[in-house]
Amino acid sequence: MTSQVTTPRRDGSSGIRRGEGVAGWLFTAPIIVILGVFLFIPVLMALWVSFSDWTGRGSPLSGNVGFVGLQNYAAVTTDGGLPTRNFGLSLRNNAWYVLLVVPLQTILALFLAVLVSRAILRGRGLFRTAFYFPSVTSSVAITVLWLFLFSTTGVINEVLSWVGINGPNWFNDPRGIVHIAAGAVGLGAGPEALTSGGFLGITWWEWLAGPSVAMFAFILMAIFTTSGTMMLLFIAALQNVGVELGEAGMMDGATGWQRFWHITLPQLRPTLFTVLTLGLIGCWQVFEQIYTGTQGGPSKTTLTPAYLSYQAAFQGQEWGEGSAIAFILFVIIIVFTIFQRWVLRDRPVSKRRIRQYQVKGQAPTPIPVKGAKP
Amino acid sequence: MTRHTRRALAGAGALAVAGALVLSGCGGSSFDSGGDADAGDGELTSSEDALNILIGSSGEAETAAVEEAVAAWSEESGIEATVNVANDLTQQLSQGFAGGSPPDLFYLAPELLAGYAGNGSLVAYGDQLANKDDFYPSLVENFTVDDQFYCAPKDFSTLALIINNDLWAAAGLTEADIPATWEDLTAVSKTLTTGGAVGLAFGAEYQRVGTFMAQAGGGMVVDGEAVANSPENVEALDYVKTHLADGTFAYAKDVGAGWGGEAFGKQLAAMVIEGNWIGGAMSADFPDVSYTVAELPAGPADQGTLQFTNCWGMAADSPNQQAALELVEYLTSTEQQLAFSEAFGPMPSIASAADAWSEANPDLTAFLNGADYAQFPPNQDGATEVIADFNAQLNTLETGDPQAILDSVQTNLEAVVG
Repeated sequence: MTSQVTTPRRDGSSGIRRGEGVAGWLFTAPIIVILGVFLFIPVLMALWVSFSDWTGRGSPLSGNVGFVGLQNYAAVTTDGGLPTRNFGLSLRNNAWYVLLVVPLQTILALFLAVLVSRAILRGRGLFRTAFYFPSVTSSVAITVLWLFLFSTTGVINEVLSWVGINGPNWFNDPRGIVHIAAGAVGLGAGPEALTSGGFLGITWWEWLAGPSVAMFAFILMAIFTTSGTMMLLFIAALQNVGVELGEAGMMDGATGWQRFWHITLPQLRPTLFTVLTLGLIGCWQVFEQIYTGTQGGPSKTTLTPAYLSYQAAFQGQEWGEGSAIAFILFVIIIVFTIFQRWVLRDRPVSKRRIRQYQVKGQAPTPIPVKGAKP
Repeated sequence: MTRHTRRALAGAGALAVAGALVLSGCGGSSFDSGGDADAGDGELTSSEDALNILIGSSGEAETAAVEEAVAAWSEESGIEATVNVANDLTQQLSQGFAGGSPPDLFYLAPELLAGYAGNGSLVAYGDQLANKDDFYPSLVENFTVDDQFYCAPKDFSTLALIINNDLWAAAGLTEADIPATWEDLTAVSKTLTTGGAVGLAFGAEYQRVGTFMAQAGGGMVVDGEAVANSPENVEALDYVKTHLADGTFAYAKDVGAGWGGEAFGKQLAAMVIEGNWIGGAMSADFPDVSYTVAELPAGPADQGTLQFTNCWGMAADSPNQQAALELVEYLTSTEQQLAFSEAFGPMPSIASAADAWSEANPDLTAFLNGADYAQFPPNQDGATEVIADFNAQLNTLETGDPQAILDSVQTNLEAVVG
């Protein structure tokens, strides 16, 4: 992306004039040093700690700290003890969290963005501000608010009681919502095939439990708070979508839904990638809500890898395991991001699609091909 | 292009060198201080350095009392000492130990003791205390790791049965009905369970349910062996499960309270199992509720309760341990502990203060009597996670299988006790 900016000069034979390079380094030096000292070096040190037996006393680089290979990684993944089970549970919880939050917040954000971008809407600014407001509020403040709203005798349960629903004991209810649904249709205990085997010390049946009621409250909160930010990104992207293509589509008799699905959305693809990536990273790193709200309870159903990493290191004094969890989390995020990039890549229009657009009988006007290059 | 690459390499090199310098700077200092602490095996360091004290305070009353006591000692001894209040004691301590500049003295919870002792962050000064024999033996045991008495218990609390006088009288019960056995407890809980309140409430955690295990003759670790799935413990959980199911007992969270004290204050429960700290909470938040503190009933085996305590941890990296030891002796003296007790409510950790304390708190003697038969949560390195996992399972005890729960706890506990 950035290479385009510098190419005209770089192609010339003169190159960078003497002194300019030095000045460049001089100007960038402060931020390089700051990032290096406060970000890059600590990350490298954490990587070292994850391979060491550092016990939390003195510098991890001192002589009496030894290299233990993959031992810390094995403790949380293959040993089958309590650390493995905790890590398995945290992954389970967070995977459900991601699975629900990322698609829902993206859809909601897109929906809100389309709504407030409509030219005929009165008071657009007001709505934009209102939808964006939760995003600028500190997540700790919102968590505390949520704890009040979702308490047993809180506002949410009060409102639910108006329509005859006896609300759950939100932040104290460890039952998974998939299990609750299964229980409602008579699948109480789980079939033998699912309860006998497992992964990371957690049976398949437990993996399928779904987010607990407590985690579900956090899921609602995440959707509520982050949709505003994502909406802003979509609004910006929507403003770059020219009206011409839409008008052309209208001339061809495309309905509003068709125009959105075949014309607008393909042009939003780069933004969609950004929104999904930001959502994915943010969701896998969920920490402060847990730290302020439930500390992993009830029954460890809101434990997340990020919080577990903190807990293992600072409370359990297992610094190596804590760092190992952090780096596994890092790999998970990278893998998901690459996978998503691959799914959302620009693809040549398939033969089947081309055939659909080819002139058949009396349809004279070629329908503009969507944003992708042919 | 090549020039650019060369420059980039040079830049990266410079960065690496700068980074290495920064790191060796950090590493050097802490390595040195680690060195002289290791030498002090039994020998305490001594210098003119001021003392830094880190406490995790329960509130203004505690902070003021500790500050006042430390200031008085400073004046007497001529050694400067400052008290800092931690927001997150565990995290701040960890940072201090990792950075090589921990506070000299600090509050230390027993579940953290083994971890810090294991990595050499602490100095075991217990045997050098002049008032060593005055501490209750169960408290000394609580702070003993590998046969070394690490630190002086600063005070302690036990659990007792807290009874709401009005609900008690309204149910037609008298002082003679205060439960002495599980059968009595079953009976009064049933009588006290009405539409508005359950008979007995407590937190869904080992730190409360464990009292039943103690009363049944069980426990977590006995003589260095994990015994979590003993028949006694199963019997205790069966008893609790039965009454959770019939609605005469309830977890505090299930009646909509954050903890037992809240359930009690809001009169959602007629009785709760709580410790000394409930006194402060009641007078601050629910001054109108009158209550009685009774000893917990005896189970099939005997009476049983749990004790909770903190000690004055001393850092191995402290340059002035001798002065810190003197300060600890001052802070744990009879007179000073009674002053702390009056200021913010804990019980003195020394036997010589017992009579004076009972005299000053005639209504609370049940707490102090508990010291004779109290168990304490396992204090092995890693036990915190085992208990956390146990608590997670106790959450669903009503529908769970006590034997299966305790079996899994046993497996986890064996891994850390062995």
